[in-house]
Parts: sequence; C-alpha cells; structure tokens
Amino acid sequence: MREIVVDPITRLEGHGKIVIILNDEGNVDHAYIQIPELRGFEKFAEGRAVEDMPQITERICGVCPMAHHMASTKTLDDLYKCAPTPTARKIRELMYNIFMLEDHALHVYILGGPDFIVGPTSPKEERNIIGVINKVGKENVLKVISMRKKLREINLMLGGKTIHPVAGVPGGVSRPIKDDEIERIKQVARESVEFARFTLKLFKDLVLKNDQYFKLITSDAYTHRTYYMGLVDEKNRLNFYDGKIRVVDPKGSEHAKFDVHQYYDYIAEHVEPWTYIKFTYLKNVGWRGFIDGENSGIYSVAPLARLNVSDSLATPEAHAAYEEMVSMLGKPVHHTLANHWARIIEMIQAAETIQELANDPEITDKNIRNIPKHTPSEGMGVTEAPRGTLIHHYKTDEKGVVRQANLIVATQNNAARIALSIDKAAKHLIRQGQINDGLLNMVEMAFRAYDPCHACGTHTLPGSMPIIVYIYDTSGKLLNVVRHNL
Amino acid sequence: MNSRPKVAFYWCASCGGCEEAVVDLAEKILDVVNLVDIIFWPVAMDFKVSDVEALPHGAITASFINGGVRLSEHEKVVKLLRQKSKLVVAYGACACWGGIPGLANIYRLEEVLERAYVTTSTTVNPERVMPSQSGWVEVDGARIEVPKLLPSLKPLDEVIDVDYYVPGCPPTPEVTWNAIQVLLSGKLPAKGSVIGASSRSLCDECPLNKTKPENVLIKEFKRVVDFVPKPDECLLVQGLPCLGPVTRGGCGALCINANMPCTGCFGPLDDIHDYGGKAISFLGSILDLEDEEQIRREISKLPDLAGLVYKYTLAKSSLKNLLRSERK
Repeated sequence: MREIVVDPITRLEGHGKIVIILNDEGNVDHAYIQIPELRGFEKFAEGRAVEDMPQITERICGVCPMAHHMASTKTLDDLYKCAPTPTARKIRELMYNIFMLEDHALHVYILGGPDFIVGPTSPKEERNIIGVINKVGKENVLKVISMRKKLREINLMLGGKTIHPVAGVPGGVSRPIKDDEIERIKQVARESVEFARFTLKLFKDLVLKNDQYFKLITSDAYTHRTYYMGLVDEKNRLNFYDGKIRVVDPKGSEHAKFDVHQYYDYIAEHVEPWTYIKFTYLKNVGWRGFIDGENSGIYSVAPLARLNVSDSLATPEAHAAYEEMVSMLGKPVHHTLANHWARIIEMIQAAETIQELANDPEITDKNIRNIPKHTPSEGMGVTEAPRGTLIHHYKTDEKGVVRQANLIVATQNNAARIALSIDKAAKHLIRQGQINDGLLNMVEMAFRAYDPCHACGTHTLPGSMPIIVYIYDTSGKLLNVVRHNL
Repeated sequence: MNSRPKVAFYWCASCGGCEEAVVDLAEKILDVVNLVDIIFWPVAMDFKVSDVEALPHGAITASFINGGVRLSEHEKVVKLLRQKSKLVVAYGACACWGGIPGLANIYRLEEVLERAYVTTSTTVNPERVMPSQSGWVEVDGARIEVPKLLPSLKPLDEVIDVDYYVPGCPPTPEVTWNAIQVLLSGKLPAKGSVIGASSRSLCDECPLNKTKPENVLIKEFKRVVDFVPKPDECLLVQGLPCLGPVTRGGCGALCINANMPCTGCFGPLDDIHDYGGKAISFLGSILDLEDEEQIRREISKLPDLAGLVYKYTLAKSSLKNLLRSERK
C-alpha cells in the first residue's frame, strides 16, 4: 500500500490536504480531504450579548461575511419576534444580492472560471487571470475588476464596511439610503444587469459551443447522484435571502420542505477523526459513509443544488437562462462541473433583483427599524450563502445573553459531497500509480467547482492551485515528488 | 529584479478578511507588485515549509502575518518566518491582539472541542469521536497527520518577536497602503510601532465629534436593540457604549457612518497596555451617578462587559486567565 499526500494551500487556518491511499496495484483505495479549521465560535458565542452576533459570526469568513451577518441578523429578528420594516427588508435584500453578484463574479472570472474560459486542458501557465485577459481582452477584465469595486463600494456605503458589515440590527438596518445616494445605486444596478448578460454570453460562446468541454462537464468522473438542498420562495422559486428549505432526492422529487425552525429534524452532523470539518447529512436518510445514491443522506448545496430544488427562477432573464440549462442537461443535474453554469445563471437573478430593488420607490423610505418589544429566548435564521444554505440558531437568557449557539455553515453542507468528488476523480484518473500534472488538475477541478470556502485560497489569484505531491511507500520512504503549477 | 524587497504573506487562524483587504487595494496592488517581489502568499502562491527553510536567514525583507496562532502548524511556520525575515509585521486585529477568535480563550480547549463535536444539537456522535489531538490518526491502515490545536489562541508577539503592527478588523485599504509606504520609505519608525493608522483617537476623525462635549456625562447606558440613535449626535451622549475615545483612529469612522458604535477593532492608542482595562475605566468615568446601586444597575445593562471591552484584545489581556479560573 502506498500513500499520496496532496498538500495544497487552503484559505482557512493553515493547510488543507488531500491524502490518497493506493493499493498494491497502484490503484486508488480511498482519497481524503482534510480541513484543519476550528476556532470555536459555537463555544465562545456563549456569554456574548446577542446583538453582537452579526458582527461576531461574520468573522467566521472574511470572504463571505455578508452571509453570516445576514443569517445572524435574521436570527435576531426571530429571537426578538421583530420583523424588519418593508424598507429595511428591501435594503437588506439589496445588500445581499449585491454581495452575491460580486462574490460569484470573483469565482467566475478569477478563481474557478479560468478552467473553462481558458480551457481545462490548456497549459497551466495560461489557466489563470492572464489567460483570461488573453481570451476575453484586457478591457473586459478591467470591466470585471471595476464592476466588483463598484458593487463593493455600494455595500460599504449601505453596510458600513464591506468586509465585516455592521448595519444588521433586529427589526431592520441601522442606516437608511440617503436621497443623494440612490442615483448612484441605480446606475450601478443598470451596469450589473449588462455585466451579468455579458458573462452568460461569454460562457455560452466559450464553453457550450465547445463539444470537448461539454463532454467533460457531463463525464462520469464528475457526476454524483445525491440529494440537493436550497431556499425557495412561496412559489418554489430560487431565493437567496429568505424562504423555506427544500430538499429534492436524486431523482428530482421533493424529499422535504421545511421552515428553518425545523432544521434539526432534518439535518444532522457527522464527525471524523481525520479532519476538523463536520459532515452534514439528512437525518431521516442517515449517515452511510462516503457514498452517493438514494440510501445515503449526503446532500449538496450551492448554485447547482439551488437550481435543482427550484421549480423556476424569480426574474425573467435568469429564468430563460435556467430553462436553457435544463433543456440541455435535464433535471436534476448531477454534474458537479455544471456548478459554473448555475453560478452564472444566479448572477443574472442577482443583477435583475438589484435593479428591481434600486428602482423601488420604497427603498429610500426612512422607516428602517422596528424596535424589539419581546423578551428574547430562542431564534433561528437562514440564508443562502454563495456557497450554500447557512443556518444560525441561538438560545439566550431574558437579557439577551447567548446561552447556546449552533451554526450549520454552507461549506459543511457540501463537505461530504466534495469528499466523494475527490475520491471519485482520484479513482477514475489515477491508475497503476500513474500521476502527472494533467491528472492532478482534473482532481483539483473536482472540488474547485464547488467554490468551497475552505479552499478559496486554492483557487488562487493566478487561477491555478499549486500543489506538491509526495508519494511514499508503506515504510514511509519518499518515492517520488510531483510538482504541479509551480 | 532581485534587488527589490522580498515580501511574504502568511495567515494563521484567520477568516480571510485580511487577504480580501489586500485584494481590495484593487488597482494599487499593481503598484505594490511593481515595487516588491512577493515571494510567497498562500492565497496566490505555493507555500511549502521546505522552500522557506531553504532561504538564507534574513532573506525576506518583510513578512506580513495575519490571524492568531491556534495550531501547532502555525507556531512552527511563524517561528520559521521570523528566522528568515528582517521585519515581521502583525497585520490585522487577530495577529495584533488575538481578535474575535481570541474570545475562545475564555474557555478551555476541551470545552471548545466538546461543544463543537459533541453537544451541538445537530451533532450525532455517541462515541465522542474528535479530530485527533495526538498529531496523527490511522485510517484504512494509513497514517494521516492531523495538526494539533494549541491550548489557547495566541497573538503573534506571544510566539515571535514582532517589529510593527497594522491594526484593524480588517485594516482598510488606506491603512494598508499607508503602512506599505512607511516600510518602503526607508525611514523606519521605532520597533514596536503601530503603522498605517492614526496616532489619535477615533473621535478625532468622527463626523459626530463636534457634538461631543469635552467631558461626556450620561445617566444611563443603552444597547443598540433599545432605540434608533439620532444620526447627528455623538453616540456616547445618546447612551451607547461607543469605544471611539479609547480606540485608535485611521478607519475613517466607518461604523459611525452606518449609525453604529465603534467596537474597538483598531485597538488601543499608544502606551495603553490593556485596551479593555482602559475602556472599562472610561465607561465608568462617564456615568454621572453618585449612588453605588444606580451605578451597578447601569453597568449591568451591558450584559457582556468582557465581550464589549475585550472584543478584539482578550487574548492580549492579563484578564484572560482570570476569566477562565473564575469560571472553574
């Protein structure tokens, strides 16, 4: 037996790594992904003033702080039984969709997208932002950078800070939109829609018209039949900010639809001794280990899962794009790499929603807060983070001091399926101990498609993940070193 | 090209916000790239300990390290970076004073693990499986290394010698840019200095400062859940425990612009050793009450005093051990 340690660079707390165990024939027995991350938020939340939680929990992730900030703020609404005013809700949704658009854009153009924009089989030196520039033109890349900057500036204005916003309070937001600010927001909203349209066109031209890419997307190495989870509105349409949690089975039929207050009837967490991340699974199906199929409680979240659980999209252009994907791939879509396509479709809904909200006359109303009257005791809140369903749950004493906190974080919901994807890709691609740069890139693509938060860093600014693979024999002797993207 | 300063970035127990903050330099990041060689950055480049080990001592001009030290692995890497770097800069609140994850130091590591992996309501773990803390675990006959957690989270300067500090959660692009300018200017300030931010308090740059009397005196404390503060009056005067007076400026009063009080993420002013101690004595000093009972009542309206005044600095405070032993 041999062991291959793939030591990539992850974003959270030092390294994450992939360990591949080979049998005597040199074929893959198992592949594991290990995440070393524990800071203990669920413990040190205890004793904190609950209104501080939106600003405390967002420090879980500096890439998607708005997701935690909003899930936490919604938990405060529930805890104090104090719904936001209509304007406050619209401001929150505006901030949230702006965040969704700029975060997805980062992934599409700079982190994960180069795999497709430049091409999965193109030389590694080109599979990065420079390659993207060559492919789509410098002026278009500058457009991406400038669009992201404009969106982040709006959220700085509305949220106080872009990284670690402060505006979320129970019953509303802390700051109205000033009359002299709305024109700018409308302007950026218009540009957002154009930008999202441009992105979809680019994806169609470069990816969908290329048979080779299309074959790769639908290939077995990147396919898993699992359950899917995501938020839907009252008409089962995609919603990022609010709704019911819907789960579909591997055949696409509704398995469950529940309010966040029932989450612990449906979701459970499993612990393994070789990683710090907990693996969520569907409680009533059960944990059967790292296998897919109807009898395994493993489910998936994030863009593709959200489209799989939605009957339609909430805005016209996004819905048309969604119909097109469904007509080509069917439903549910089990191809992990189709996440890239789903992400772009979601950008369109986010942009159209931004435009709708920016032009809503009520958005500049100054009634932005309801003041809590109820004594707090327990609250739960849910949002769709860019990387999937995110749930916060707090219990407090009567003064609003946290006694217990439970958090189901987006990437956790995908952790088991990511582990499956890596295992499957490794088994398909590594045979008789053969390992090379191309194969490693294909293994890497298996989890980059999820845009997993703990691996944001592995997407890397140049758009490729540098890895060194050490191959040992069972006695621990170093047999070989393969350098990838270095 | 090789004569340009060599710069390294590394993260410990961080959220990634400090990395995003650097990316938010946007077009300025191109200027930085033209002025220095970034020789490693886990977000952008490979980072293998053996590569750093191979460098001569002092080969790196400056290492920017963010995040608190939480894992055995972090400890090993920052010690190595210290050896290889002329200057070490603690970048962001976590590296400077532990930051918000430093609040975990109120509890013992066993309690943190127990909560995360056993007692959370959705966790199903009757056999009490935990991530291995022995350094490795055997799976399918193979030995998999698992990094160990340290007993508590440490600010960077409790593990290695630190030359400069860049404050903020995260530092703003302006503060980051200023700090880079200071380092590139060749006129280095005294070791131990805070760079990039202001030397004055947040009030100095606060748009509401003109409504703040020289001596703030209030009769009662309020919480943000209690009322909608007026946007044009000092938040302290309105009863919110805004920490602006004891906090270093430089952020541009971002939270105040959103009608929210300063929570102290830029840390203490020069010559203040214990931020929370200073903050609590300040809050005590503005209560305009004689009766001890009344004072007690007002203080108790702030139900998490430790979390209020030590939100970002608990791991740096001597109080941390006291809090822990009191709970035992």
